[in-house]
Amino acid sequence: MDRIPILKLGPFLLVTIQVDMHDRLALILQEELTARIVTDGARGVLIDISSLDIVDSFIGRMLSNIAGMARILDADTVVVGMQPSVAITLVELGLSLPGIKTALNVDRGMDLLRMSLSSEDVAARGHDL
Amino acid sequence: MPSRLKDVVEEKEGTLLSEWMKVQLQTLGAYKDRISESELRTNLHDFVLALKQGLGGSTQNLEAASWTSLRDMLSNLSRQRATQGFSPAETAMFVFSFKPVIFNELRKIYEKDPAVAAEEILSATELLDKLGLFTMEVYQKTREAVILRQQQEMLELSTPVVELWSGILALPLIGTLDSARTQIVMQNLLEAIVAKGADLAIIDITGVPTVDTLVAQHLLKTVAAARLMGAECIISGIRPQIAQTIIHLGVDLGSVVTKANLADALRLALRKKNLAVAGI
Repeated sequence: MDRIPILKLGPFLLVTIQVDMHDRLALILQEELTARIVTDGARGVLIDISSLDIVDSFIGRMLSNIAGMARILDADTVVVGMQPSVAITLVELGLSLPGIKTALNVDRGMDLLRMSLSSEDVAARGHDL
Repeated sequence: MPSRLKDVVEEKEGTLLSEWMKVQLQTLGAYKDRISESELRTNLHDFVLALKQGLGGSTQNLEAASWTSLRDMLSNLSRQRATQGFSPAETAMFVFSFKPVIFNELRKIYEKDPAVAAEEILSATELLDKLGLFTMEVYQKTREAVILRQQQEMLELSTPVVELWSGILALPLIGTLDSARTQIVMQNLLEAIVAKGADLAIIDITGVPTVDTLVAQHLLKTVAAARLMGAECIISGIRPQIAQTIIHLGVDLGSVVTKANLADALRLALRKKNLAVAGI
């Protein structure tokens, strides 16, 4: 059975989707990812979809579900590397994924996560004082 | 019933041609610079020649094989005149001006028998009307092809994406936005975002004459698609009248950063990238 590998990069998790997402695979990913966020204590999730050429409304909804779940588990989600055709399709489907952060590539996505992490730390220190 | 029109045309070919030439020459004055007299004479000659061939077969069905050469002749003439800048009426008059000439001859021949004359004139009218309409159809098609080509050329011209700074793109929109154009604009912008690795895009609508709900919706879609790819959009060049229309229409641009002009948008973009322009 296909599985999508989840890599740990410091305080973040990196998921690179390189195969065609079918619905069952999406559900497995959802389950494994939430489990890993908890066991690894991850603060951020990067989902790289740069090799994804086709999305449907189910995958779009799954992405925003993952973001919502990660948010509850105190991790930020950034979707990176979306293809132009995929972006157009999602917008035409009416899914502009309002809750999700996006970045052009993994590099920029990582910067974005680090930035939000450090601003959170500052806020946390503020509370301690 | 084989029409007697054929015999008349064959018998009186010479008279018909010279009379028709006279009629044509009277109207030629207006467009002398577009067509020469000898060219016109060849046209008339070809027409009568092809007409004789066509009259050999059925006069009811212009799709028949006997009419092929006349149809070809008229299509060529019509296409040629459409590109030479003749008006629709001038083009149609080429065929219709043959009517009085042939009616005159028919009247003379059947002087003793008005009933037959009326019948022959009626069938000749029907035939020439059909030919005239055929000419107009080809003329129209030629003009439509010209319009279509120009439309496509405009689409290709109108959507450049320029890089203002490393990581900052600008998309100056000019002209009315419809669905087809927006699609191309959107695609160009998104592809440029990937190619240049840009995370800021300024959409400048100074050149867009009117913004209605549809255009606003197209703009919002472009902004949403760019955001999905990880690039932020700034809309600039909103004129006072357009700001008024947008609010009157109840379009919600609240989620998009808007600036009055391109300079302000660039300043904001530079600040977002932690860059500053300094005097020396």
